Amino acid sequence: MSLRERLASGSFAVTAEISAPRGASTDPITRAATLLRGWVDAVNLTDNQGSKVRLASWAGSLAVLAAGLEPVMQMTCRDRNRIALQSDLLGASALGIRTILVMTGDHPKFGDHPGAKPVFDLDSIQLLWTLRTMRDQAVLLSGRRLDPAPECFLGAVENPFAPPVEFRADRLAKKVEAGAQFVQTQFVFDVPAFARWMARVRDLGLPGRCAVLAGVGAVRSLRALDHLRDNVPGVYVPDEVYRRLRALPADRTAAEGIRLAAEIVEQVREIPGVAGVHLLVAGNEEAVPGILDGAGLGVGHDGR
Amino acid sequence: MPPIPAGLVTAGPPVPSRPHLGVRVAYRLQRVLRPNAGWRWLSARIEAAGPARAAFTGAERVVKRDLFGCRMCGQCALPVTGYVCPMGCPKELRNGPCGGVGPDGSCEVYPALRCVWVDAYERAASQGRAADLRLLHRPADHRRWGQSSWLNYWQGRDEGLWTGDASAGPGAGS
Repeated sequence: MSLRERLASGSFAVTAEISAPRGASTDPITRAATLLRGWVDAVNLTDNQGSKVRLASWAGSLAVLAAGLEPVMQMTCRDRNRIALQSDLLGASALGIRTILVMTGDHPKFGDHPGAKPVFDLDSIQLLWTLRTMRDQAVLLSGRRLDPAPECFLGAVENPFAPPVEFRADRLAKKVEAGAQFVQTQFVFDVPAFARWMARVRDLGLPGRCAVLAGVGAVRSLRALDHLRDNVPGVYVPDEVYRRLRALPADRTAAEGIRLAAEIVEQVREIPGVAGVHLLVAGNEEAVPGILDGAGLGVGHDGR
Repeated sequence: MPPIPAGLVTAGPPVPSRPHLGVRVAYRLQRVLRPNAGWRWLSARIEAAGPARAAFTGAERVVKRDLFGCRMCGQCALPVTGYVCPMGCPKELRNGPCGGVGPDGSCEVYPALRCVWVDAYERAASQGRAADLRLLHRPADHRRWGQSSWLNYWQGRDEGLWTGDASAGPGAGS
């Protein structure tokens, strides 16, 4: 069952993120995809995440397809202009990559090439709008005809916690207007704040038009916890979560991180309008079975 | 059209800037400056003469730089962004903030500075204009850098910059 079909069926969807390797081999992706097969509906391939050079998301997506799983190809606006982005969609669709996730992208300043030119020719909303128009109206941004038009299922991201918080659901509404059919959120550690955002998302009538997948991650180590809290733009770790993980000896952080993630999955599942979860476990794919088992969503659940 | 510096004009890198013009005054000016027969006539006269156009564009550059940190993109979004310039966003986002805004409203790239969209939302909302931020902005036309956006505005060349209706598609010849 594809991610689109899973979401249309109304049963709870699970996606996860795979970290692309820094090197010219797709073997690590194939290994991760094999591990996740049977547990998740689709896996995201990041696009030079954190502005650090990694194997291209289209290449990772092909490896995931070959491993028998649905890829979600991430596309950021940071590195490519409108010509390259449109061309990438055509190539992806032609090769069978049909689920695309669009995001602005981190600024190059945070990556391993801080002197790179930040492109940002389109923003995420303009890119969604462009891709949707390519698919539905078979035209490029220039107005030129496409034959055939690409096929794609379009996703977006949103951060429910970043200021201006009152505008965050409206920003998702803009993305839905532009073409987003599903959205994966930033890490949810603060469930009440997420629930407030969801209430506004429901008020705007968005869940019927765009499936919401809550981002949930497992903290692997105290170093990862500090990094998440202090260095990853847009991630908010509430003090009580920080203290809970800090209170344990370092060798128990990973297990507690999985337990915490499973609890958050259970909690967001109860919030009306939440269609699934997106597990932010790049580089830590082994955590997925533990999280899903802990949340009562293990293998075989909902026919997965 | 006379040869006025346009196209690939070198602008400095985008840095968030806080406007030095109160939002109420800005909206009042908006009513005065709205395109009408008078402004259309005046802008056509200015455009017809190379030196007048250059002087006018230069004056706009200075005034808007001091008031809004303007970088002369030539396609002004200020009327629907609470008069906070989105081209000062390090990602030049015209449709709202990215997901990296700090909990205190700081820019992810310049943590000592405030996100332009946090300011834009507050200023627009304070005047009952928060709905402006729901409009969809089309991709920027990078041939316009260095042009006078006031002349473009009065001449009606800015009419398609944003829309409330996404069904039409984002571009025409861009």
